[in-house]
Amino acid sequence: MATIAAPRRSPLSRALRDARLAAEESTGLLNWLATIDHKKIGVLYGVSAFIFFCTGGIEALLMRTQLVAPDSDVLNGDQFNRLLTMHGTTMVFLVVMPMSAAFFNLMVPLQIGARDVAFPRLNAFSYWTFLAGGIFLNASFFTEDIFSGQLGSPDGGWFGYAPLSLKTYTPGHGMDFYALGLQILGIASLAGGFNFIVTILNLRAPGMTLFRMPVFVWMTLVTSFLIIFAMPVIAVALFELTFDRLFDANFFDPSAGANPLLWQHMFWLFGHPEVYILILPAFGIISEIIPVFSRKPLFGYPFVVFSGIAIGFMSWGVWVHHMYTTGLGTIANSAFGISTILIAVPTGVKIFNWMGTLWGGSIRFRAPMMFAIGTVAMFTIGGLSGVTHSMVPSDYQQQDTYYVVAHFHYVLFGGAIFGLFGGIYYWFPKFTGRFLNETLGHIHFWIMFIGFNLTFFPMHMSGLLGMPRRIYTYTDGYGWDLYNLLSTIGAFTIALSIAIFIVNFLWSVRAGKKAGADPWDARTLEWSIPSPPPHYNFAEIPQVHARDEFWHRKYQEDADGNVVPVMAGAAHATETAHGGDGHDEHHAEGIHLPTPSFFPLIASLGFPFVATGLIYDYALIPVGATLIIVGFYGWALEPATEEVD
Amino acid sequence: MAVGTGHLETSTGLDNRKLLMWLFLGSECLFFGSFIAAYLLYRGRSTVGPYPEDLVDIPFTSVSAFVLLMSSVSMVLALAAIQRGNVRNLQIWLVTTAILGLAFIGGQAYEFTEFYHEGLRIDTNLYGTTFFVLTGFHGAHVTIGVLILLSLFTWSLRGGIQQKDSLNVELAGLYWHFVDIVWIVIFTLVYLVQPQ
Repeated sequence: MATIAAPRRSPLSRALRDARLAAEESTGLLNWLATIDHKKIGVLYGVSAFIFFCTGGIEALLMRTQLVAPDSDVLNGDQFNRLLTMHGTTMVFLVVMPMSAAFFNLMVPLQIGARDVAFPRLNAFSYWTFLAGGIFLNASFFTEDIFSGQLGSPDGGWFGYAPLSLKTYTPGHGMDFYALGLQILGIASLAGGFNFIVTILNLRAPGMTLFRMPVFVWMTLVTSFLIIFAMPVIAVALFELTFDRLFDANFFDPSAGANPLLWQHMFWLFGHPEVYILILPAFGIISEIIPVFSRKPLFGYPFVVFSGIAIGFMSWGVWVHHMYTTGLGTIANSAFGISTILIAVPTGVKIFNWMGTLWGGSIRFRAPMMFAIGTVAMFTIGGLSGVTHSMVPSDYQQQDTYYVVAHFHYVLFGGAIFGLFGGIYYWFPKFTGRFLNETLGHIHFWIMFIGFNLTFFPMHMSGLLGMPRRIYTYTDGYGWDLYNLLSTIGAFTIALSIAIFIVNFLWSVRAGKKAGADPWDARTLEWSIPSPPPHYNFAEIPQVHARDEFWHRKYQEDADGNVVPVMAGAAHATETAHGGDGHDEHHAEGIHLPTPSFFPLIASLGFPFVATGLIYDYALIPVGATLIIVGFYGWALEPATEEVD
Repeated sequence: MAVGTGHLETSTGLDNRKLLMWLFLGSECLFFGSFIAAYLLYRGRSTVGPYPEDLVDIPFTSVSAFVLLMSSVSMVLALAAIQRGNVRNLQIWLVTTAILGLAFIGGQAYEFTEFYHEGLRIDTNLYGTTFFVLTGFHGAHVTIGVLILLSLFTWSLRGGIQQKDSLNVELAGLYWHFVDIVWIVIFTLVYLVQPQ
């Protein structure tokens, strides 16, 4: 490809090349806009997702403030609906998914011994499209008069149930923003999913067989497959909703004979794989952390991997457990009840594997480990309450109560968010060369842990006492008051812990304790290179001989079965790890990495124009389409790597 | 080839871009599968006319389906030509494929117009909704395919496609054949199999 456009360059082509080379040299904004380095894209993903985490958190705090006592009027019902819709949509699509994508980006190439992902520009396209979708979705807040309390954001729930979400029942443009915003985010997720599957299958270092891959890489692979098969299903549902709302189509209109359950089936056929898209990356992260801080290999690696794969397959056969009360009949409910109970088995297997890893280990309770253990404990509670609503009769009682809210926050906050924070504490030294402050980390953990349980455990109680989800107020006398008060106190406690984390992060980036290449005495390849990693990652592509390759370079067993450092190997590891910077630079001279590109950003910018055009003014559609076409053609025609004259 | 990551060979031996295309097509199966499922769910459920049996012209659509199928043959010939290094034949067959694709889209435009004049619109009934959206998305895929073919053709005129670049044609071919296969399914389910 690089040779095609080379011979005669037009002035335009030369200007583009100069811009790309300028971006490569730049250390400021220009570089970030055009970067195709997986590490920088990972940082962009992480920072953006964290900002969305704060907005979603503020939405939750507003709701908890409203619910602190009976009959309060901080928010009216309309505002509450819009906040609860945006809270759910934000946390799923703008926080947990992109935060996981941040870790895919940061870690996968380093863990498999590659210099970047398979398609660096497609990777940049994923990020910018995600950001465009996220901003588009949140811009909906401002489409009405926000200063007089009129929010314009979607108000049909993150699940967007049609026919309720049709124009007849949900007027205004909120749900248009929802349908089109999720469509844009879906494009971003799909592009990322393809990219990481190809990267993991094709870019592994020599000797890195599939069963030598770190578990995090395995979980990324399974998640990516779930993404590429689940996202098209929701894309179709969203297209159908968009056609119904904007062009009066009849996909979900019961008065035209449409089936009112079609949306629910499609949404949950996507939605249940989606919950594993949310949790498997966190499972991968803690499967990296627990062995390192137990100083033991992961107990039963093949079981962890195969149960991850089994979860991936089985996640397609359980969606009706979201729909027991819709009246599909006893046969359907029983069949899906059984499959739902079964999917708890591979999940339970993993929990025993993590416990087996801890068992007999030499455990260090550092901050990443605290979050990893927290994940296992909290996810187990959420998993158990999940099993309770796999039982159809029990679920009839729990459907649409706060018990369900308690359940999915235990798995998605207690599981995914705790795990992702563990990942931040664990890999922060790799990307900054500094530790996050350990004391503040423990304070963050304990306050968040207490706040989390204070918020969500009482919801089991209020739910079993019959408090419905999504109501914006309630009267006293039902016995819900105390539990709601506790939940609200807990929510603000969580907010406090996040504030502590932000302080810790900002302070540690500049002044944290210095960390070397391998500060945790870890097991996988990313720790064999300097912290922060050079832009080319590996001066020499490593040769892999074993699972936990880096550990085996550092340690071996003596005749009595004791683990002892490998003297010769240690020298080699230290040399690679701690630089011999001149040595690395010497090798690095021959490494040609792809040149930054602006075209992914240009193509991504087109999507919000098309979406806004569909809602407000068709004249914007050609503008967006032009950006997309210019972006894609420019991308296809430019050489991946520019030659410097 | 798409990246300068320093890997001369991939771990699986498959080219990155080819693997990407296969994954994309796998994902597309779920995309069309979902639309087809919605069509089948609503087949024969329209509460008002016009109904499919009033509108569908099987001989006409059979001809356009045949045209699309033949375009897969010319696509194969285009790939075979460039794999032998014959740029001239590549160009001939790429243009032939694009023309056949355009003929198919023309047929679809004619059919949509006919249906519209006979009173079927997207908001008329369930048939109108599912028919126009399903076949419309398929038509959009064919249109994108034609754009890809014409881009390859233009590129080859500038000398951009030689024998060593045959993968570009192969990838376009994979996409083109996939869109063809989807049409075989749609043609069978939407045109040939009518509700009793």
